[in-house]
Amino acid sequence: MTVKELLLIGHGMVGQRFLEALFEQPDKWRVTVLTEEPRPAYDRVHLTSWFSGTTAEELSLCPPGFLSEHGIDLRLGDPATAIDRAARTVTTRSGTELRYDALVLATGSYPFVPPVPGHDSAGCHVYRTIEDLEAIKSSAGSARTGAVVGGGLLGLEAAGALRAMGLETHVVEFAPRLMALQVDDGGGAVLRRKIEDLGVQVHTGAGTQRIEAGEDGSVRAMALSDGSELAVDLVVFSAGVRPRDQLARDCGLPVGERGGIVVDEHCRTEDEHIWAIGECALAVDGRVYGLVAPGYAMADTVARELTGSSAEFTGADTSTKLKLLGVDVASFGDAMGTTEGALEVLYANSRAGVYKKLVVSSDGRLLGGVLVGDADSYATLRPLAISKAQLPGPAEHLLVPADADTHGPLVLPDEAVVCSCHNVTKGTITAAVSEQGMRTVPEVKKCTKAGTGCGSCVKLLSSIVDEELAAGGIEVSRGLCEHFTHTRAELYEIVRVKGITGFSRLIDEHGTGEGCDICKPTVASILASLGNGHVLDGEQAALQDTNDHFLANLQRNGSYSVVPRIPGGEITAGGLITIGEIARDYGLYTKITGGQRVDLFGATVDQLPGIWRRLVDAGFESGHAYGKALRTVKSCVGQAWCRYGVQDSVALAIELELRYRGLRAPHKLKSAVSGCARECAEAQSKDFGVIATAEGWNLYVGGNGGMTPRHADLLATDLDHETLIRTIDRFLMFYIRTADRLERTAPWLDRLEGGLDHLRAVVMDDSLGICAELDELMARHVETYQDEWAATLADPERLRRFVSFANAPGTPDPTVRFVPERDQIRPARPDEDGRVLISPNLEVRSR
Amino acid sequence: MNAVQIDDGRNWTRVCEFDDLIPGRGVAVLLPDGTQAAVFRTRTDEVYALDNRDPFSGAYVMSRGLTGSRGDIPVVVSPMLKQTFDLRTGRCLDEESAPDGSSADLRVRPVRVASDDMAVC
Repeated sequence: MTVKELLLIGHGMVGQRFLEALFEQPDKWRVTVLTEEPRPAYDRVHLTSWFSGTTAEELSLCPPGFLSEHGIDLRLGDPATAIDRAARTVTTRSGTELRYDALVLATGSYPFVPPVPGHDSAGCHVYRTIEDLEAIKSSAGSARTGAVVGGGLLGLEAAGALRAMGLETHVVEFAPRLMALQVDDGGGAVLRRKIEDLGVQVHTGAGTQRIEAGEDGSVRAMALSDGSELAVDLVVFSAGVRPRDQLARDCGLPVGERGGIVVDEHCRTEDEHIWAIGECALAVDGRVYGLVAPGYAMADTVARELTGSSAEFTGADTSTKLKLLGVDVASFGDAMGTTEGALEVLYANSRAGVYKKLVVSSDGRLLGGVLVGDADSYATLRPLAISKAQLPGPAEHLLVPADADTHGPLVLPDEAVVCSCHNVTKGTITAAVSEQGMRTVPEVKKCTKAGTGCGSCVKLLSSIVDEELAAGGIEVSRGLCEHFTHTRAELYEIVRVKGITGFSRLIDEHGTGEGCDICKPTVASILASLGNGHVLDGEQAALQDTNDHFLANLQRNGSYSVVPRIPGGEITAGGLITIGEIARDYGLYTKITGGQRVDLFGATVDQLPGIWRRLVDAGFESGHAYGKALRTVKSCVGQAWCRYGVQDSVALAIELELRYRGLRAPHKLKSAVSGCARECAEAQSKDFGVIATAEGWNLYVGGNGGMTPRHADLLATDLDHETLIRTIDRFLMFYIRTADRLERTAPWLDRLEGGLDHLRAVVMDDSLGICAELDELMARHVETYQDEWAATLADPERLRRFVSFANAPGTPDPTVRFVPERDQIRPARPDEDGRVLISPNLEVRSR
Repeated sequence: MNAVQIDDGRNWTRVCEFDDLIPGRGVAVLLPDGTQAAVFRTRTDEVYALDNRDPFSGAYVMSRGLTGSRGDIPVVVSPMLKQTFDLRTGRCLDEESAPDGSSADLRVRPVRVASDDMAVC
């Protein structure tokens, strides 16, 4: 069989999706891809996140190895310039001529720039590609005021980006309201108020008449149709997009009156060898779809057609839900109520900034709706509207739920589409659970693809999976382990409310059995968080994981590592010398950690007290590297030395580290303080991070590095010192109180009902009325803190456990052996003849 | 006073006072033949002894594991990679063999609590 040539023009989101769908079947085609952009497909939906630090690499949609695995020849920066349908060839800009058996056009769209005078002045931009954003960022450096032409989704995102770069920002929208396509007047008014609260000036019902340039040719002002003039030095056009159909026009393929390559229900053009998908195509229902989900559906359709099966695309749901500058906006179904006889049910609360409208038919079926300010019910309402289902109860209950049940997934019919990115119905999800035996959300995601697109349906997906498991009699235990049916947060409340101080009472009264390696350390952490004395005392001693038990970190050969606290990463030469001398005398391996301190490896259990005696005598304290507790507060050098610093980041980092040292939590806590917006301390990757501003401090929470990196969210801006400390106090105590076992702040915040807004309400506005309690818990922690190692050294009872052998105290463990490597030691492998290190005489150090 | 004693293959070796053991934890014992055992006291005051070598990491750390229960079985959990072992039989409840192909089970050592005046060699 000869391999046939497939040529794809355009490597955007839809093009990439087409390739993935094509290669789900065994490779039948040799594929060449032509693209104008200098990089493979990336996530244009989340383009704006580039401004907040997401890199081009992170936005990429093309997995490493994908192209080579399928032998795809991707030609970056070499767009197609002409199609010869008779010869079945395509010419590229570089002059290459390529033959095809099948040609797929996925050229997308281009931004529409109104042809007003001056629209091409320097400082005028569009908002479509990473290169556009780079250009905007570079212009913004020297600009004071920016205007965005167009108040739709992208326009508002662009406005948010300009605002975040410190520009005075205007939005100019020709229609009488913002997001005119998605929301109605009522929703537009709420949205406008919220956008204006963010410091963006909104001009609706205003057209751009001309752009005026200064003598240097760059933008100086813009004149609006209402007669006003804005002094601006940067303009972003975001006034809609047009299909890129020029290639098709030039080779005589039919295009629509307002653009778009005409295709049939199989997405095939008039030419039987040419298909068109995504924003460049005019679908069989007469519409050009500018959303990614319909584009993906078209890509799937053509992929199936080209791999021997059949598929149709006849139109798509254009419901959308998005978070715009922190404001939830959703519209679904017949949002504008254009169906004959449609009725409206409204809820508006301008104080809370919430607007909700449902469109229902006269016989009580849901047709569509608009949600602004609170779109939590979107996941349930949209499928109901798309399937035109009978309402499960009075419509007003759906707007202001009287009880949670009406929101549950059970009210959804099986044919309701839960994941619109991948067109997965509720029935497919329930079948994955009941028939294919999937038990967890990740399993169901993998098997059905649901929730792997934009991710907005994951919450609904998870409740459907839970309900289906429960319906099948499979118990969904939220309990900690087999000994407790409670979650960690519930146990915390039990311990706190009942004043329980020991594990025995807790498991006897609220659990079963003898406990395990999961519940024991968890309870130990709860007891420690609530201030129940030294972790090695009384019954608590039996609960600690081996790291907490020996106040050091177990390594692979049974030896331990030691980390003294170095607050803020600031250390004197004398302190460094002391650590160095101890490491030298005990022959320890030393390494600088990522948290700006020094880790000393290779200590045996019996050496730990001796090492710590010397550290404590030199003024060092436990660094709690072994505990689920505050680790470090990293800092940059800050205002004292740095040319750019605007605050004393080192002093604040030290203060924070000393305040929260020893605080036991559901998982480890990391922090950092940066002295200016350059963010050298990487505070946005920490559980709580602080960045200096000219006016005070910005507080970020919920960041994470590690396996699942997450950028922290901005909780509050320009805080004074006192408010900053108080807010962090409450954030930490609220996290400790409500998080699951081993749940870092990042997943906790993602899971927290109401998200960042709820957190802000709790810790800044005291919406739950618990702040006094949180403040008191933290005050008690700060007052009662004592260094665990100093306290251990002072107590012979506690010291007795630091022996290798109960029957031979003082005898080192002969199985802990080391070999030299790069002038230090490392654990000997089983096949190596290592030597025992015996403290504190270290003749074994070989060179 | 009651002492904990372990069978070293020839004699009963004294480990420590029973009261020195923390309920829910273990201690390591160096035997005359150079081998090591781990002796545990549970929350209900039973005493068990197993090999101290963790078959999965090869490190001599079993004595530093936490005891507990799985169903009705009293267990100890390796502190290294968290495999669970039956304290009564030494059987590994999670896996059959260690990475090197050997059995994942631990040897059980006879252990007793005896009054100090009983002869100990």
